[in-house]
Amino acid sequence: MKRLLPLIIFILLALLLGFGLKNADQKSLIPSPLIDKPAPEFNLPLVGKPDEFVSKADLLGTSYLLNVWASWCVACRQEHAFINEISRSGLIPVYGLNLKDETADATGWLRQFGNPYAINMADRDGRVSIDFGVYGAPETFIIDAQGRVRYKHVGVVDQHILEQEIKPIVATLNAEQANAK
Amino acid sequence: MNAELGQLALILGLLLAFAQFVFPIIGAWRGNSTFMAMGRSAAYGQFVFVSFAFVILTYAFIAQDFSVSYVAYNSNSQLPMLYRFSAVWGAHEGSLLLWVFILNIWTVTVTAVSSRKGSVLPPEFSARVTAVLGLISFGFMLFVIFTSNPFDRFLPSPLEGADLNPLLQDPGLIIHPPMLYMGYVGFAVAFAFAIAALLGGRIDREWVRWTRPWTLLAWSFLTFGIALGSWWAYYELGWGGWWFWDPVENASFMPWLAGTALLHAQSVTEKRGAFIGWTLLLSISAFSLSLLGTFLVRSGVITSVHAFASDPTRGVFILAYLGVVIGGSLALYAFRAPKMITGGGFAWFSRESLILINNLLLTVAVGMVLLGTLYPIIADAFGMGKISVGPPYFGSLFIMLMAPLMMIIPLGAYSRWKQDQIGRVASQLILPLVISAVVAALAAWMLSTGNLRTLTGVFAGCWLITGSLSYAIQRIRRQKRNSLPRSEFAMILAHMGVGVFVIGVSMVETTSTEKHIPMGPGDTFTVAAYEFEFKGTEHVEGPNFSAERGTFMVSKNGKHVTALFPEKRRYRKGQVMTEAALDPGFTRDLYVSLGDPLDNINQRWAVRIYEKPFIRWIWLGTLMMTFGGLIAMSDRRYRMTARAKEKTRLMAEKTSASEVTA
Repeated sequence: MKRLLPLIIFILLALLLGFGLKNADQKSLIPSPLIDKPAPEFNLPLVGKPDEFVSKADLLGTSYLLNVWASWCVACRQEHAFINEISRSGLIPVYGLNLKDETADATGWLRQFGNPYAINMADRDGRVSIDFGVYGAPETFIIDAQGRVRYKHVGVVDQHILEQEIKPIVATLNAEQANAK
Repeated sequence: MNAELGQLALILGLLLAFAQFVFPIIGAWRGNSTFMAMGRSAAYGQFVFVSFAFVILTYAFIAQDFSVSYVAYNSNSQLPMLYRFSAVWGAHEGSLLLWVFILNIWTVTVTAVSSRKGSVLPPEFSARVTAVLGLISFGFMLFVIFTSNPFDRFLPSPLEGADLNPLLQDPGLIIHPPMLYMGYVGFAVAFAFAIAALLGGRIDREWVRWTRPWTLLAWSFLTFGIALGSWWAYYELGWGGWWFWDPVENASFMPWLAGTALLHAQSVTEKRGAFIGWTLLLSISAFSLSLLGTFLVRSGVITSVHAFASDPTRGVFILAYLGVVIGGSLALYAFRAPKMITGGGFAWFSRESLILINNLLLTVAVGMVLLGTLYPIIADAFGMGKISVGPPYFGSLFIMLMAPLMMIIPLGAYSRWKQDQIGRVASQLILPLVISAVVAALAAWMLSTGNLRTLTGVFAGCWLITGSLSYAIQRIRRQKRNSLPRSEFAMILAHMGVGVFVIGVSMVETTSTEKHIPMGPGDTFTVAAYEFEFKGTEHVEGPNFSAERGTFMVSKNGKHVTALFPEKRRYRKGQVMTEAALDPGFTRDLYVSLGDPLDNINQRWAVRIYEKPFIRWIWLGTLMMTFGGLIAMSDRRYRMTARAKEKTRLMAEKTSASEVTA
């Protein structure tokens, strides 16, 4: 029995670690405190057009996908194909929030990889991103016609995320919209 | 093309690792020497392919091949050449490859040493050792190839990479990970020796003699690696701390504690044939804790690692691997460990009993660190919310556990095996005791402090140093020769190192001066009799960063001491790094770092100025321990060949026979 003790301790430990792992799984889906709450107010210039401003109020009335990106973010390159695809498919309007970037870098990057953003706002000092609770690029939000945050994804958007998460949310939003009319 | 070659080399290495496991284990079982030899060849072959893969990854960094995803994420064209080498192990995938590479270095070294001519190891035994190391490597390479492939492509290739984490762009970080890995991967050898012994059923003093030098070597590397990490954290993280009880640090500290206990248990098994159970269990534990540490650091279980880094599939894989390796070896221990206590008994006061206390205290310390590290998961499991225990828990409990250990260390050296009188030992230690008390009193007077923690620390440190020294002097006198056996010298050096370390820690922790103040150009501020004058900042450009560099003139009693140039750096990706400036000294460090600029007009900055007395002693002490380990390893008795061994064995038998009669 005495010799079994280390093994027993280890088995308990392994169970505990297994439990921790199960939770770590959920940890990566960091719930945003903003879900189902009104999105933060913003009024930002467009990338490359510093005199044109877009505010939250301007965007009310349709739901849209807001993609936080930057030219310095390597992971953004990885997901960019999917962002382009979403934009092309017309699934939902895609807007960009360009985080802490230089205008020249940002426009050059879009020229190289394609520009999916119907509206592309420049968050030079990262203030608005902080309000949104962004802690790194890329992050993706879906905001409904009433200006509420309905979905948040931290990290790269891939096929799985697109099919399993973004599309169902968009479907729900469309249904809500239809009901409202 | 190159990356694909690297990938191919890894896969071939994986296959050879499997061969290195299967053939020798069958060979040892059936007594087939061809199969056993095949294990050795597989080990050499695996080393060649893994080294090749490692070189290819290094080359990808040097040649800036951003089509390799790992390179693109952890390097960029402005990265200085030196850091392109260290970037190889700057993140998850590469550091695992380093892990496997270092395991291979250990494996070929052990295989080569144990199969050379005149080796005393029975061929079946060394075949089993090779097989166990092969299995460990096999599991890790599976992990690398399936969940963390460093050779994944990034297509279309980006023109520019991200950057190596600026925290890691530092000379200290070039050698810290390899040293640390040499340490905790090195415990794999002691582990393999223990498993081979359990499989073969032969566990005796002879066996300890084979495994001990490898344990000492791994322990020395680990000690050095941890010290390097602490030194790096001190000057690079910008707040002057040297240990944070952070999960990553604990991951390396737990194997160290278990390894230290193991070294002491081994000495009992080697000299007296007792404590075999402890020696086996600690051999398994030291390496198991290394693996556990890897799991904690890599799986995202503990730290809420950034979403990109944590990957639950990795966690599941490592947990399964832990289950096989640790669970399997502990089960083997449970069923195969010798049932009877072998070797002689011992009295309640003897060197054995003191080492037993050492083992108990160190084991409890491992449990305490493990509990503290896992506490967030435990709390979560029992629905107590998300809490983590901080340095207060670790700090106070650890001191309470270590204080008695510090007190008995000098007794251990003086005491005799088997049986001794506490009065005899104590009487020899009166002088060290008196000296330590006097030094502690002097410290109280000079520092004009009554702080119990400072004084206890100084007393304990002096006690360790003078107690060990007086033993050395007595030992030299008794044998009328001006030298000590290496193992004795090593023990004394390492124990004195502990003393130096304890003094350093208690001085730094209780008598440091730390000031956080706003300063503008021309301002002066006095800390612990040193006057710091801020001359202002200037803009400087580095290879891949731009920085504001401050100038501080330091003087004491009107005399110039030094000039310090702390920097606030901004790296390409926008990360801001604080480069502290320090003036090291034997009895104190001066430390200045720039916080944030307060306003642009007056160029005022939030400045941190620290005076850290005796902080160098922390690393001096650990260096002494490291050298102690290395010197002990080089002791003659571990280098003997078969013939010399036979002679000593006969002599040892004679002496133990006489002990029995006496």
